[in-house]
Amino acid sequence: MTIAQETAKVPSRSAARRRNRLDIREGRTAFFFLLPSLIGVILFLVLPIIASVVLSFTNWKLLGQPAFVGFANYVRLFTVDPQFWPVLRNTLFFTAEYLVLNLVISLGLAVWISSLKVGQKWFRVIFFLPTFTPGIAVAIVWMLIFAPGGFFDFLMGALSIHMPSVLTDQNLAMQAVVVVSLWAGVGYNTVLFNAALDMVPANYLEAARIDGATAWDRFWKIRLPLISPTLFFGTVMTAITSLQVFDQIYVLTRGGPGSATATLGYAIYQKGFQNFQMGYASAIAWVMFALIMALTAFQFWMQRKWVHYDN
Amino acid sequence: MTTRSKSAGGALALQILNHVALGLVALLFLFPFFWMVSNALRSNAEVLAIPVRILPSVFQWDNFAVTWTQLPFGRFFLNSLVVSGSVTVITVFVSCLSGYAFARLKFPGRDALLMAYLGTLMVPAIMLIIPLFLIVNSLGMVNTFQGVILPVAFGTFGSFLLRQFFLSIPMELEEAARIDGASRLRILVSIIVPLSMPAIGLLSLFTFIGQWNNFLWPLIVMTGADNATLPVGLTQFQTQQGTAWNYIMAGATLSMLPGIVLAIILQKLIYNSIALNAGMGGR
Repeated sequence: MTIAQETAKVPSRSAARRRNRLDIREGRTAFFFLLPSLIGVILFLVLPIIASVVLSFTNWKLLGQPAFVGFANYVRLFTVDPQFWPVLRNTLFFTAEYLVLNLVISLGLAVWISSLKVGQKWFRVIFFLPTFTPGIAVAIVWMLIFAPGGFFDFLMGALSIHMPSVLTDQNLAMQAVVVVSLWAGVGYNTVLFNAALDMVPANYLEAARIDGATAWDRFWKIRLPLISPTLFFGTVMTAITSLQVFDQIYVLTRGGPGSATATLGYAIYQKGFQNFQMGYASAIAWVMFALIMALTAFQFWMQRKWVHYDN
Repeated sequence: MTTRSKSAGGALALQILNHVALGLVALLFLFPFFWMVSNALRSNAEVLAIPVRILPSVFQWDNFAVTWTQLPFGRFFLNSLVVSGSVTVITVFVSCLSGYAFARLKFPGRDALLMAYLGTLMVPAIMLIIPLFLIVNSLGMVNTFQGVILPVAFGTFGSFLLRQFFLSIPMELEEAARIDGASRLRILVSIIVPLSMPAIGLLSLFTFIGQWNNFLWPLIVMTGADNATLPVGLTQFQTQQGTAWNYIMAGATLSMLPGIVLAIILQKLIYNSIALNAGMGGR
């Protein structure tokens, strides 16, 4: 290192040429190191993104030749298709309810776990377990719980609550999807927020305690602001994944009853791989992407109001 | 003195109560796992029997054998293992090479390319499903293992993760080897990779589990019944007449087993990686 620095200080022509040759060699090495990744990224990431844009302006139905139709797919989405607005509403409804409940429950669990003297890690593992299991298997287990004559019916019967069959009820079906998603997804944020709480310096809390701050004040005025960057991170990531919800809906309701639980993710699958309207499905995918970008941008804009970064 | 010991005793009682209460919540949370296994071990007639049976009247352990051999969840398990394992191996291999290039090699446009790699992380997977299927279709790889493996094996996250880790390895370690004339590839294989096992292990774990749990992509590509991965196989039995719930629950149990085992034995690694996210949330 020192030799290289000294030669750099006294630039002679031959040294510069040598360095140049070394740079070219290093560039060539870099090219070969990057090649496998680049081929994969171009073929399976860049090309599909471009193809997706182009497709959304065609009416390709897998068989036959695609024809360019301009903005017709988008026009049809927003003005003609009677299913699109309910699908959009379902997606936003699911995202809003799931996001709020996920954050409240995971933060609550994280705070509760951090109040324990022993066994914190075991509680973390328990709530994390569903996160590491296939969402499809989780949804199938819950389908049995919600099945007519299943455990949920039994429980409601024991409590003398009369309820229609959950998965086939217009209003309850979406609530069932939310419950299953929460069970499957709350663990990641629980561990995330718990880890953030662990990082809050103990002397801050001790100093506040000595000054007479109650546990309530210590939570709202010290711990919560200090973990707000992590809360923000969790909120953004959870919003992005919940806008794409698919697995649970595929198993539990197939978008039904009617289109009560049909979301954008499910609509992409349905139009693309059941009706083979590749162009139309691509247009829906871009609407989803726009929605994800908009919601993320909104959250970044909102963070000024509630996220505290220490400098 | 008595009041102090009394309040200490009160605090202890409160702590115990606190543990017990969260313990009860945790037990409630674990109920779906219990319900799955309990139903996997009974006769199908008992699954939706009224009144509800919490435990099977007879534990039919051979339900698992039937599920494994006859249904054929053994085959699905193997398919899932091949797909998840292959994606993991390719991802780690490709990411080590590109991560090293990003971390240690100078080349024009390096930072711009890294930013582009990071940018692709924003694209939601479900958006690419349609064009990816069309690409796989045009390559004649529908219903093949390469068709389901290759398109998901080149994620850019691994390159970024390993680059970050490689940057933390002291430069001096490889400079000695370079003076001895070792090639970059040799340095990567014999110095960098062995030192990066925590990061490579983490990448492997999350890639493997991500693919093991993946559903939509194998659902679309693996059109043949025998080629189904576990999640896809589970849904195939869902639609059959007279649903064999007990076998489906046994299949679900099998599909959850690797994730549960890994989450328990690697809990420290998982916690540390999520804690890293928690710490970076602020930067």
